[in-house]
Amino acid sequence: MTAYVARRVLLLPLVAFGVTLLIFALLQFLSPAERAALFVTDPRQLQHIDAIIRKYGLDQPIYVQYWTWVKQLARGDLGWSQVARMRTTQAIGSFFPATLELTIYMIVPIILIGLWLGTTAAVNKDRFVDHFSRFFAISLRGLPSFVWGLIVLMVFYGKFNWFPPGRLSLDAGLFVRSGEFKVYTHLMTVDALLNGQFWIFLDALRHMAGPILTLVLVEMALLVRITRSSMLEVLRQDYVRTARAKGLDEPVVIGKHARRNALIPVITLSSLLFVGLLGGVVLAETIFNFPGIGKWGATAAVQLDIPGVAGFGMFVAFLTVLGNLAADILYAAVDPRIRLQ
Amino acid sequence: MSTLRATLTRTLPLRMVSSAAVAILALALIAAVIPALRGRIARHPVDVAAFLVVVAAVAAFWTFPSDFTKRLKRNPLSITGFTIIVLFITVATLAPLLAPPTPGSRDAYLIPHEGFAPDPGPPRPGHPLGTTSNQYDLYYGIVWGTRTALRVALIVVTISMVIGLLLGSVAGYYGGRLDEVIMRVTDIFLAFPGLVLAVVITAVLGKGLNNVMIAIALVGWPLYARLLRGDILSVKQRDYVEAARAMGAGDVRIIFRHVIPNAIYPFMVVAAFDMGVVVLVAAALSFLGLGAEVGYADWGQLINMSRSWILGVPGNAFIYWYTVVFPGIVIFLFVLGWNLLGDAFRDILDPRLRGST
Repeated sequence: MTAYVARRVLLLPLVAFGVTLLIFALLQFLSPAERAALFVTDPRQLQHIDAIIRKYGLDQPIYVQYWTWVKQLARGDLGWSQVARMRTTQAIGSFFPATLELTIYMIVPIILIGLWLGTTAAVNKDRFVDHFSRFFAISLRGLPSFVWGLIVLMVFYGKFNWFPPGRLSLDAGLFVRSGEFKVYTHLMTVDALLNGQFWIFLDALRHMAGPILTLVLVEMALLVRITRSSMLEVLRQDYVRTARAKGLDEPVVIGKHARRNALIPVITLSSLLFVGLLGGVVLAETIFNFPGIGKWGATAAVQLDIPGVAGFGMFVAFLTVLGNLAADILYAAVDPRIRLQ
Repeated sequence: MSTLRATLTRTLPLRMVSSAAVAILALALIAAVIPALRGRIARHPVDVAAFLVVVAAVAAFWTFPSDFTKRLKRNPLSITGFTIIVLFITVATLAPLLAPPTPGSRDAYLIPHEGFAPDPGPPRPGHPLGTTSNQYDLYYGIVWGTRTALRVALIVVTISMVIGLLLGSVAGYYGGRLDEVIMRVTDIFLAFPGLVLAVVITAVLGKGLNNVMIAIALVGWPLYARLLRGDILSVKQRDYVEAARAMGAGDVRIIFRHVIPNAIYPFMVVAAFDMGVVVLVAAALSFLGLGAEVGYADWGQLINMSRSWILGVPGNAFIYWYTVVFPGIVIFLFVLGWNLLGDAFRDILDPRLRGST
């Protein structure tokens, strides 16, 4: 197990190096003046682009440039993001907690409802629940999240005014920025509870409900499908028949013998799910004007804020790789066959 | 096998001719009933011819006496998917007939608009699906957007397949250090959520539909490369590859004549799913404002134009519903169709998975 984890972790720097190479290669499509913006840390410096080009050797051979750029990266300096009006690293730090909070609130219902629906459908094969779950999963697979998001916005904000866009209402936002509200974790709901301000907790939840409703439905479809087919596969196994033959109760057979084994492929899927959510928040946050990294990245891309886009891309890649690593380790922890390979 | 071939040679051209004849008759009938169409058919002979070819091809495929079509016809979901895709192809080929471009416009893909009134207009005579912001006609945009969608999907899937085919077969067949390098490169590409990498690439290359296609193709190839590599690894152990080598066949011949044909089925399944995914991602990029220029017939663009109107007016939130619902339904059906077709291909080509979904 230790060897397996060590091997996986050792691959990380390699992938990280590759990601910087890829981003650097993409940046070569830009002119030196555009790339100079990557080294700007203060908007006033934009007056002296030529000096920056010379200072950072943007007219130098490519490998020299790469080295200069990587040294900057290693120092945590990703340039000035015009969209965020702050340094890119600062922007990541201030936008990411919002996205993290949103993702947590998405992944929990997806996994709980998805697993429940998937296993229930498999156990009741060809009955109503099964047909319903299959119809649900199939029809949702074609649903574009941004169309669905706009409809959610239209219905639940435009019509009912339940789930407003943004992260907080005006009065809640003012209170949070005032001295009375202590920031502990940057996760709004957690901070609100720690401060004992229940109304802010509710307000934050209300603002997250739109993006959550949007992505939960779209991303859950895949989980339901995979859980169902994995469960069906397991229910056909000999050990399930043995468990039934020795007279175990059906809930024990399903819960202890079948479902646990059916969850193994689902773990691999959960990393896919995480990656899907990281992509999905770009659209959901843009639609609901939610101040997270997804909206920042999308705005940066549209407004050609190259340092912002590059920083956003690398940060999301970093998160994705971590997510995949976690899934791999979890997979190995659950299934001894993987470790021994 | 010989009987099959005999039936084919006897019936296939006959069926194609007869179905094309039926299509011509139907068109003639419609033209006789609706005089306005007569002129359109005469003005766009190439598109009508393309439509007849499509009809003949679909008929030939549908009546093809093989296990493949027999299984396809047995599953109602597969039939639904097949029908949806055929409908989209029909709309695409007949676009100039269904939504005639304004005479003298420089590009038929630019949606005509009357005036520049910013707020959308409801469905009305002349604009069956209404107009979106700046009076762009939704019906026209959806019809011509079908061509855009199919073109984007075909080009992107072809590019990613070719890159994936080349690199995947090289990696799988030669193995060793080359394999290691290519697989690490796919690792890097797979370290991004597809949409995020596509956003980054498009931002760097510049906005526009062509750059969107390049971006999505660059995001898509590693999947094909990995899939093919894995299949080749298992196929190349087989005796028939050994036999081919013993007979003195070269690497290229072994790869293209023996290995790829035996590893290609999962490839086709993924390609079918990918047709839908590509259009979904392209629409998302257009929606974010990175895709086609404003006014270009593109489904994502239509949704993007409806964005600022989605909340309606105070007291009537749903007043502009048509600006998002119609393009939304079209994208949904397109993706659903390819998904169902992909399911069908997988069930047919991979019997182990049959009945699992």
